[in-house]
Amino acid sequence: MNAATVIPTPYELFTGFLRVALCGFGGVLYWARRVSVEERRWLGEAEFVDVMSLCQFMPGPNTLNLAMVLGLRFCGWRGAAAGFAGLMVAPFLIMLAMGMLYTSYGNLPLVQSVLRGVAAVAAGMMVSMGLKMAMVARIRNILCVVGVAAFAAVAVLRFPLVQVLLVLAPAGVVLAWWWHRDAVPRSPSAGRGGES
Amino acid sequence: MDVLRQLALDFSVLSLLAVGGAPTVFPEMQRNVVEVHGWMSAAQFADLYAIAQASPGPNILVVCLIGWKVAGLAGALTATLAMVGPSCVLTCLVAGAWERFREARWREVVQLGVAPLTVGLMLSSGYLLTRSADESLAAYALTAGTVAVLMLTRVNPLWLIGAGALIGLAGLV
Repeated sequence: MNAATVIPTPYELFTGFLRVALCGFGGVLYWARRVSVEERRWLGEAEFVDVMSLCQFMPGPNTLNLAMVLGLRFCGWRGAAAGFAGLMVAPFLIMLAMGMLYTSYGNLPLVQSVLRGVAAVAAGMMVSMGLKMAMVARIRNILCVVGVAAFAAVAVLRFPLVQVLLVLAPAGVVLAWWWHRDAVPRSPSAGRGGES
Repeated sequence: MDVLRQLALDFSVLSLLAVGGAPTVFPEMQRNVVEVHGWMSAAQFADLYAIAQASPGPNILVVCLIGWKVAGLAGALTATLAMVGPSCVLTCLVAGAWERFREARWREVVQLGVAPLTVGLMLSSGYLLTRSADESLAAYALTAGTVAVLMLTRVNPLWLIGAGALIGLAGLV
């Protein structure tokens, strides 16, 4: 789709991400794409994928990173602040209200029953998200080792995350580099890659 | 160390470790909150996660609930700002440089190498949430059913959350 894109104002960034936040039950990423690409046309499809690769790579919630990056790109720090506020403030207040309700009524048997059902579904949502990513991610056999090792270390052995990341992130990058070198024949432009 | 400072410290570290998004740090969050500090049980953690899933907005706001449970309003604000602040600043700082290295080979290699790690951590989150949320065979069946439906159809997950609430209300899990 090659429709012309529209440059938003900070106010539009705020309302756009507010819509993402309030629609985004059980995950906001789907809505982030829908609002910024399809409804508001801030970005084209390919541009969205490119921006998302940064947002998924950087630490922190992907959609919040997207709000910051788009805000910065279109309107500087005022845009980033507007995107942040749109995405976070209303859900924060709602969550606070939920927290108060949980404190008062969380122990009622009825509430406990409902939460047991919702928690079982929420756990399933997380598992399916992991499985879907496993199928999409370009993971070669040697790189699977890193994923399995991460699961074993974090889920089974309960090692602290910092140590796990310090070992496995470099390992993954080295394996990827090794695989990449074998898989991709040297192209004329490949020589200028630099040290890392 | 007082509890607010502990919340701020824990979550700002997690903020910078959340490579690939919030779900990758749920295992560490649970380990800190339940095992290291003993602020709540694993089942309560799963409850809070369920509430966050059933509410609109980014799932990371489960930290708002954790902060609220541990230290009230000040806790909710501290935990939330600590969890999102550092990663936001870092992303803003890196955003410009990332554009410049669009074609660089090392960028692709790094992305490729980190992806399996993210997947492994996400599946760890799913595994741990399942273990702490599900107390009966029926609950495991509900989790498995959710996975099957989400893998095979494009149904809005909100319907499944509603169904889960009803199944729970009926006392089936």
